[in-house]
Amino acid sequence: MTLDPSALDTVLTWVAGILMVAGSALSLSAAVGLLRFPDLITRMHAATKPQVLGSLLLLTAVGLQLRSWALVPLALVAWIFQLLTVPVSAHMVGRAGYRTKHLKDARLSVDELEDVVARLEREHAARRPGSGGADDGGADGERAGAPMLREDGS
Amino acid sequence: MTGADALVMPWVLVACSVLLGLAALGAIVRMVKGPALLDRVLASDVLLVVLSGALMVDMAANRHTNHVALIVGITLIGFVGSVTVARFVQDRRPR
Repeated sequence: MTLDPSALDTVLTWVAGILMVAGSALSLSAAVGLLRFPDLITRMHAATKPQVLGSLLLLTAVGLQLRSWALVPLALVAWIFQLLTVPVSAHMVGRAGYRTKHLKDARLSVDELEDVVARLEREHAARRPGSGGADDGGADGERAGAPMLREDGS
Repeated sequence: MTGADALVMPWVLVACSVLLGLAALGAIVRMVKGPALLDRVLASDVLLVVLSGALMVDMAANRHTNHVALIVGITLIGFVGSVTVARFVQDRRPR
């Protein structure tokens, strides 16, 4: 079967159009999840996951529409760096959200981090007698990075 | 512009504009409503990705490469803001 150039052109244009609409719909799904989910952690889940696939689809559409191989490395760089950086920001937001108690405990089915944080706080309090055990609410935000930051300071 | 482009791309542009506009609106609503600082940071991240998606749609529909450097730059350094804010966030909510 031979494919004449104009038919190939039409097929590529239709595929690019479908990919563009699908990528935009994935962005919209991220926004809907951001609006509808009840909790910081679930919102972070919705905000960070569909977008990577959406930007992959849109970059593919750009490559298909421009019909140029020179664009492929740039698109690859853009997508790989998105794959690398989105988990970093999601991890930092989730970490800060957990340490500042921005989550509803009743919605968690399992909380494995709780034991680790409690152990680190016990060790931290044992290393500095006198100030340990003062567990008022205001210290939570400051404790966000405390066990790792104060290692050399005190 | 080829024949298929003239047929397909106007409808695709309309659909993508509506979808991305609704996405940006949702992110802005979440940014205004809050309730916490981290929610606003997440919403601003989503808004940035929606913006880069709009740039990519523009490039694909009109067949130019004007925004490629901007796309690569956004994906490279777009995460710095939310990481910085998340690192220094304090809990000021009453409990």
